[in-house]
Amino acid sequence: MARKPRVKVPSSAKKGDVIQIKTLAPHKMETGQRKNKKGKKIPRFIINKLEVTFNGKPLVTADLHPAISANPYFAFFNRVTESGSFKFVWTDDKGKSITTSKSIKVA
Amino acid sequence: MKYRTLYICTALLGFGLVVSCTPIVEEMTEVEKRAADPRNKAYMVGDKASGYVYMTSQTRDMQDDDIANPAFTWVDLAEEKWSKVEGKAGKSCASCHQDVNKAMKGVANKYPQYDPESKKLIALQVKINRERTKRMGAKPWKWESDQMLGMAALVKLQSRGMPVNVKIDGPAKPFFEKGKEFYNQRRGLLDMACANCHVDNAGNMARSNVLSQGMINGFPVYRLKWQKPGSVHRRFIGCNKQVRATPYKRGSEEYTNLELFLMWRASGLNWETPAVRN
Repeated sequence: MARKPRVKVPSSAKKGDVIQIKTLAPHKMETGQRKNKKGKKIPRFIINKLEVTFNGKPLVTADLHPAISANPYFAFFNRVTESGSFKFVWTDDKGKSITTSKSIKVA
Repeated sequence: MKYRTLYICTALLGFGLVVSCTPIVEEMTEVEKRAADPRNKAYMVGDKASGYVYMTSQTRDMQDDDIANPAFTWVDLAEEKWSKVEGKAGKSCASCHQDVNKAMKGVANKYPQYDPESKKLIALQVKINRERTKRMGAKPWKWESDQMLGMAALVKLQSRGMPVNVKIDGPAKPFFEKGKEFYNQRRGLLDMACANCHVDNAGNMARSNVLSQGMINGFPVYRLKWQKPGSVHRRFIGCNKQVRATPYKRGSEEYTNLELFLMWRASGLNWETPAVRN
């Protein structure tokens, strides 16, 4: 059972409102600089991309680098004009991605 | 008041009277700034201050927002586990306890407690494993595993906001006294007791960290150093290693007794589990 990402999106908003979306992705974010007890470097393994789309249209794309610590938190603002669904995709160095989505009703 | 201002006035007496005043501006130390922050008021009771007060404002921001607090990804995991059937008995935690927020409210104040079976104190983690092995017929969890950290955090979270209030009378009394003895006993190459840092030097710096009073009202804590939650026994191991003393094991009598003493020491402060610390 892997840990799941946490996302906060308001359930409803008025048309033209600016809302804040908060995201937290569970990940060790191994930098590649740390050494294990035997002195060997632990290989780099991080989430390197976050893509947020709204109703299929790209909204935010973020490139993450090793300086970001574990369990990266990313929050942003968005002006909503229509109801729909935000989709969040985090991709790691191995090409695997975790996805979650949240919908919003815009009156 | 961000700056304390001192004025040094020099007067030159002689063939005239020359007075000049030079302002010397001293910025408050990091510790003083944190202590003066009005956000900290709710985290101090009398002489006692939660570890929250000693953190930077950014660390406190992480704790104050459940979405930004990474410990909650472990709590979410435990919430799923709560309703998951596991073990030969075909039960889940929910089968007996139903809703975690009703069943586990106030439970943080009940452990460590005296166990008549083993005739000593048992910590919450021991009880969780007992329920799993005896009642569910499921495998026990390791003390510092993701599942155990998540479950301990989920259970104690139900007491968040309630004051720490643990029983130290009755059969628990002699173990409480042992914990108190441990706290004040010097140990290790550095020959230091817990009290030497957390009573004598709380508020001062130890290398680059501000020493707190060592209140355990936030455990299991998401520690930025560990980049994951950790149990209070893990912290005890770290503290003992730091004074170059041989640490005891998680779940040992020594650490369980110490945990009870420290809970009593934090009485009055509110539970903050899962807290965020450095």
